[in-house]
Amino acid sequence: MSALLKVENVSKRFRGLVAVDRVSFEVPEGAIFAVIGPNGAGKTTLFNTIAGELAPDGGSIVFSGERIDGLSPDRVCRRGIGRTFQLVRPFPALSVEDNAIVGALLHRHHVVDARAHAHEVLRRLDLYDKRAQPASALTLPDRKRLEVARALATDPKLLLLDEVMAGLRPTETDRIVSILRELNRETGLTILLIEHVMRAVMALASRILVLHHGAAIAEGAPEAVVREPAVIDSYLGAEAVA
Amino acid sequence: MIARLIEGVSRRALILIAVFVAALAIAPVFVGDYLLTVLILILYFSYTGQAWNIMMGFSGLLSLGHALYVGLGAYTAAALYVHFGIGPWIGLLAAVPLAMACGAFMAFLAFRFRVAGVYFAILTIAFAEFARIGFDHFGWVGGSGGFFLPVAQYAQNDLWRLRGAPVMFYYVMLAATVLAFLCCRILLKSRMGYFWLAIREDEQAARAAGIDTFRYKMYAVMISAGMTAFAGVFYAFFYNNLFPEQAFNILRSIELILAPMVGGLGTLFGPIIGAFLLEGLAEGLRNLLEYFGIDIPGTKQLFFGAVLLLVVVALPEGVWPWLMRRLGFVERKP
Amino acid sequence: MGGRRVLPKGPSVPVETYLNVATGGILTGLVYGLMALGLSVIFGVVRVVNFAHGEMMTIAMYIAVVLFAAFGLDPLIMLVPIAALMFALGYLLQRGVINSFITRPEYTQFLLLIAVAIIVVNGLLIVFGPDARNVQTSYAFDSFQIGKLIVDANKLYAALAAIVVAGTLLGFFRFTRIGTAIRACADNYTGAQVVGLDVNQLYALTFGLGSACVGAAGSMLVLIIDVTPQVGPVYTLLAFVIVITGGLGSMPGALLGGVLIGLTEALAGLLFSPSAKSMFAFGILVLVLLFRPQGIMGKRGA
Repeated sequence: MSALLKVENVSKRFRGLVAVDRVSFEVPEGAIFAVIGPNGAGKTTLFNTIAGELAPDGGSIVFSGERIDGLSPDRVCRRGIGRTFQLVRPFPALSVEDNAIVGALLHRHHVVDARAHAHEVLRRLDLYDKRAQPASALTLPDRKRLEVARALATDPKLLLLDEVMAGLRPTETDRIVSILRELNRETGLTILLIEHVMRAVMALASRILVLHHGAAIAEGAPEAVVREPAVIDSYLGAEAVA
Repeated sequence: MIARLIEGVSRRALILIAVFVAALAIAPVFVGDYLLTVLILILYFSYTGQAWNIMMGFSGLLSLGHALYVGLGAYTAAALYVHFGIGPWIGLLAAVPLAMACGAFMAFLAFRFRVAGVYFAILTIAFAEFARIGFDHFGWVGGSGGFFLPVAQYAQNDLWRLRGAPVMFYYVMLAATVLAFLCCRILLKSRMGYFWLAIREDEQAARAAGIDTFRYKMYAVMISAGMTAFAGVFYAFFYNNLFPEQAFNILRSIELILAPMVGGLGTLFGPIIGAFLLEGLAEGLRNLLEYFGIDIPGTKQLFFGAVLLLVVVALPEGVWPWLMRRLGFVERKP
Repeated sequence: MGGRRVLPKGPSVPVETYLNVATGGILTGLVYGLMALGLSVIFGVVRVVNFAHGEMMTIAMYIAVVLFAAFGLDPLIMLVPIAALMFALGYLLQRGVINSFITRPEYTQFLLLIAVAIIVVNGLLIVFGPDARNVQTSYAFDSFQIGKLIVDANKLYAALAAIVVAGTLLGFFRFTRIGTAIRACADNYTGAQVVGLDVNQLYALTFGLGSACVGAAGSMLVLIIDVTPQVGPVYTLLAFVIVITGGLGSMPGALLGGVLIGLTEALAGLLFSPSAKSMFAFGILVLVLLFRPQGIMGKRGA
C-alpha cells in the first residue's frame, strides 16, 4: 500500500512556543489513521498545517505524490483533502441539502448533478430525511454528521476529522463509527482523525500516532501503542484516573 | 430554461407575481404624472437595492459606498453624450466595464490585504468619498459646478437617447427591475450563487470546502458594481444634471441600502418590497404634512432613519420574510 | 484637472506661512484627537463601531451655539455641562438600545448607529435649518505672536482644553478603580464577568465617557469651524480615519492620529486646494487599512 499522505519533519512554532515538533508519519491509502494525545499536544495544529490553514515552519507534506505544504485551504481541498472543524461549522442559514450541495459543487459544474451527489452523501450519513431543514435547527450529532457530509461531498481521497465524536453519546458515537467504517470499506476512503474518545479510536483505527507537547511519542498498531508506558503516562493513564 | 427558473415556486406565488407585474405595466394609464414619478423612484430603488443585495445579501460584503458606481455610470454616460453625442445605450457599454473595473480594483486591494467586515465597509466609503472629491475637480465633466445634459422638448419619446416623458422612463426602469430580478434569481440558483451563500455564512468553512473565496467575492463585487452602473446611466438621463456632491454622497449610498435592509436582506423580493414600503410611506407622509402646511426639508430622511431603526431593532430579517410567513409562502430565504 | 491653487506658483512660499498653517493644523488636530479618543474608547471597550459619533458631536456643537446665542456663554466654560449632558445621552443610548446588540452580527450594530445618525442629522436639520452657525467669542480674531509664529487664540485655547480633557481621561483609565475595571472588560469580557464586574453597567459608562469626550470636542471645535447639520457625517468619517490610523484601542494613538490628520489637512489645504484635504485623509486611511490595519500604535491584530 502506497502512502497517500507523507508528513515529514513538520514543525510549527507560534512566537517561541513549539506547537508541532518535527513530526513525521505516513498514512497508507485506504487506512484509518488516528492521532491522539492530551489537550495542547498539537494535534489540531498539525491538522491545520495539512489542511492548509497554516503553513509549516519546517518539513514537508506530500499528498498523492505532490507537495501541499503552504497551499491555501481551498487548493488543498481541491487536491482531494476534506476536513471538518473541531467546533462544528456548518452553514447555519442554509438547508442540510444546500450544505451538501456546496461541497458537491466543487467538482461538478451543474447544480442538478451536485444535488444528486449531495443526496447520495446525505443518505450515507443518515441525513436525507432532514435535507430541507436549516442547519441551525439541527441537533449537535446531526450537525457533526452534516459537516462530514459536506466534506465528503467534495469527493476527497483523504478525510480529516477533528474530534468528530466530541460531545456525542455512546450510541451516536457508534453510529458515526459504523458510517465511517462502511465508507472506508466500500469506497476505500482514507481517514485521518483526531480523537479523544478511545472507544471510537480502537474501533476504527488501523494505526495510531500519539502526540505529546508537539512531538510524536509513539506510532503503530493500536493494541501496541495503547500499552506503551510513555503513552499511558502522558495520556491514557491520566484519562483513566480522571 | 423557464422550467428551471420557476422550479420550487408555488403556483400561487407565480400568479401573484404575474398579477403584480401586470399591474405595474398598466399603472401609467391610471396614475398621474406625480405618482408616476414616485413609482419611477420606487423602481429605481428596487433596482439598485437588488444590485446591492448581491454583495451584501448573497455574499455578506457590506458596501456603504455604492453611490460610487451610480456616479461613475452617470458621469461616463453623460460625458459621452455631451461631448461626443453618444447615446446612453452605447454609453452603458462603457459605463458598466468602468464601474466593474473600479469595484474590482477596490475589492482586489481589500481581499488581498484581508480587509473585512466593518473595515471593508469603511474602505467602500473612502472610495466613494475619493470619487466625490475627485470629480469636484474634474473640469471635463463640470467639476463641482455640475454637469448638464441638454434637455430639449421632443414631440415624441426618444428611447435611443432616453429623452422623453416620464412614461418612457417608467417602462425602462420597470423592464430593468424585472430583468434584475430574473438575473438575481438565476445567479442565486447557480453554482456561483451557492458559493456566495457559503462565503456569506462562513468564509473559512467555505474555503475548507474548496471554494476559492477570493475569486467569488471579486465576482460578487464586480457584478454588483456593473449592475449599479446602469442605474447611474438612468439617473443621468432622467435628472439631466449631475453634481459630484450629490451623486457620490454617502447619504446616497445609505439611501440605497435602505430598501433591501427594510425589505429583507438576501431575499429576492426584499429590495422590491422595501422600496415600495419606504417610498410609498414617505410620500404618504409628505403629502400628509403638506396638507397641514408643513414642508420642512429633512422630514423624509428622518422618516427613513426611523424606519431603519425600527427594522434593525424589531424586524432584523426584514419585512418580506415576516410578510411571507403571514401569507403562508415559503420563499426559501437562502 | 481643475481646482485652484491657494498659492501661486513661482517664488517660494515663506517658511513662516508653512509654520503657521502647520501649527494651526496641529492645534486643530488635538481637538480632532479628542474627538477620535471618544470613538477609540467606545470601540476599544464596547466593540461597537459608533457610526453616529460625528453626529453626536454636532449635537454638542449646536448646544454650544444656542447657549452662546441665548446667554453669551463661552463654549469652553460650558465644556463641562455639555460633556455631562452628552455623557448622559451616551449612557442611555448604550444601556437602552445598543446593549442588546452586542451579541448580534456586527453589521446590525453598525446599521443601528447609522439609523441613529440619520435621525440626528435630519432632526437637527429640521430644528435648526441648513444654514451655518458659529460662535464668535470676544477672542475669536485674536492671535499670539511667538517669534515668527502667529497662533490663533481660539485654536490655542481649544487645543489646551483638549489636552486637559484628554489627560483627565487617560488618568481616569490609568488610576481609578472604575477605569481599571473598564480596561479589564475591554481585555477580557468573560473574565471580567467572572470576577464580578457588571459589564453592562461598565459598557454604558464607557459609551457615556466616549460621548462626553466627543461633546467636549464639539464645544472646542465650535470655536474653530462653522456648524451645519451636514457636518456630522464628515466628522464621523474623520474620526474613523484618525482612529484607524492611530490604532484602534490605543488612546495615545487616537491623539497622535488626530494631530497627524490635522497637520496633513492643513498643509494639503495650503499646497493644493481646500477640498483636497479630505482626499489626503482618505488616502491615508486606505493605505493604513491595507498595509498596517492595526494603525501606528495599535496593539491588537485588527
